[in-house]
Amino acid sequence: MLKGKTFKFGDNISTDLIVPGRLAGLRSNLPELAKHVLEDADPTFASKVKKGDFVVGGSNFGLGSSREHAPLVIKMAGVSAILAKSVARIFFRNSINQGLPILICETSLIDEGDELEVDLAAGNIQDLTNGRSLTFGKIPPVMLNILNEGGLLPYIKKYGDFKL
Amino acid sequence: MGKTLAEKILSNSSDTDAKTGDIVISKVNLVFVQDTTGPLTARQFMESGIKEAAQPEKTILFIDHAAPSPQSALSNDQMFLRQFARQTGVKLSDVGEGVCHQIVAENYAKPGDIIVGADSHTVMAGGLGAFATGMGSSDVAIAMALGKTWFRVPETFKIQLVGDFCMGVYAKDLILHLIGKIGADGATYKSLEFAGEAVDRMPVNDRLTISNMAVEAGAKVGLFQSDKLTRDYLEARGRVHDYQPLAADSYAVYEQTIVVDLNQLEPTVAKPHTVDNTATARSLKGTKIQQVFIGTCTNGRVEDMALAASILKGRKRHPETRLIVGPASKAVLLEAIKKGYISTLIEAGAIILPPGCGACLGLHQGVLGNGEACLSTANRNFKGRMGNPDSFIYLSSAATAAATAICGEITDPREVL
Repeated sequence: MLKGKTFKFGDNISTDLIVPGRLAGLRSNLPELAKHVLEDADPTFASKVKKGDFVVGGSNFGLGSSREHAPLVIKMAGVSAILAKSVARIFFRNSINQGLPILICETSLIDEGDELEVDLAAGNIQDLTNGRSLTFGKIPPVMLNILNEGGLLPYIKKYGDFKL
Repeated sequence: MGKTLAEKILSNSSDTDAKTGDIVISKVNLVFVQDTTGPLTARQFMESGIKEAAQPEKTILFIDHAAPSPQSALSNDQMFLRQFARQTGVKLSDVGEGVCHQIVAENYAKPGDIIVGADSHTVMAGGLGAFATGMGSSDVAIAMALGKTWFRVPETFKIQLVGDFCMGVYAKDLILHLIGKIGADGATYKSLEFAGEAVDRMPVNDRLTISNMAVEAGAKVGLFQSDKLTRDYLEARGRVHDYQPLAADSYAVYEQTIVVDLNQLEPTVAKPHTVDNTATARSLKGTKIQQVFIGTCTNGRVEDMALAASILKGRKRHPETRLIVGPASKAVLLEAIKKGYISTLIEAGAIILPPGCGACLGLHQGVLGNGEACLSTANRNFKGRMGNPDSFIYLSSAATAAATAICGEITDPREVL
């Protein structure tokens, strides 16, 4: 069970807003890069986020670049899952490959600062603040297997190959 | 049942009868990274425990994003990539060679190939009939190590192109128009397959511009048939042996068909801060522009240099508008020098950048100031993209960019042609 507070963002949160290209020089210094996570969308996010919290986006979350640093630093910031109405393709796959759950659900029913409980196995989100219960779209089985191993690298280290 | 281009290519590469929705394990013909995604990929490759690249001669590290490097941290990353290439025997395309996607098109991509790159604009090779898509570092590291990856066979939108471009209208206007129409997430996950009689007449450089931006509508790939024009492109680069014809079955099943009449299109511009925020160039007359950038993998080819030079010949840039030109590859730069385009552009007031990504991603070579606006021929205008979240980026064709450089405000190129 994942539990934490929500940080809400709008539609079209691009990878440039999550880890801007101008900070490419920090990509081999991930702890430093993580201090700037989502800086151009909310400059206060990195200092406020706590372990277990959720990033809640609108539609087309993570559009843009293939930089896997984007979900990587969101995970490093302590975020336990990303929730969004829809997610750009590469970002979706990158999040799973980093072992970061990314859930498609009706995020307009969730407010900034709400306390959530997410049951990944049951596919259920409980908003403890407003009492609402939400479901999220199924993660495809192939990706669920990768997520359950903690990401693509641990998965390949364990199996040595793709086991579909 | 008939097959779409995506189903055809993935059937062949996975040795299965691949149908939309299937999960397949596919061989990979080419794997690449660039200097801002490569170091993470190389570290993940080393962590995977697999010591050797499955196909070192089909694995390329491109140093193009910060080329030459503007800061020591990036220089160190580039040293690491060079060392990784020496250790593993994979190929290196170093500073000055040009943008990965342009070099992949010129020298590597073949119709029917599976290409994965740690860069979202890998989709560009779809212009040559390759199933080419951007992936993150983990996926690319594993594709490097195993020579294969997994795919879900995507649903396909058929984009039926009819008619001909009017004067002043180009492939860039078409793709901007299409993205404006379907939205920046209008084709998320889908294969965009460009078809129709207009495609039969469309040269490969235009197809590359269109495929390049498929990802800006969320698509996984942007595919074109491989035909006589593909053959001509490959032959001109000494690669006629890489040619094979490729077409979707006439009875293939599409999720949706969208018809675009090229005759109806106008010079089109994407306004800040999303690519689908489009308008006609003429409706934006009066929008002051402090920097024009002509280049990138989207529109940094010889044809773009020729177009810009033809408009700027004998004219000068507006005194309050900087003009930055970045040829996409060394081959482009050399040809543009030979044909006189570069001297024409310099005489008009242009600054010529070395082949590479240049100002596009906001690292160097044209970072915008607070409140400044840039009209760029690149593919992306997200907030902060060109190094400053307090600036504004508009996207257009090379012709609209050249016209804008002359007038200092967004200008429909038909006013100056």
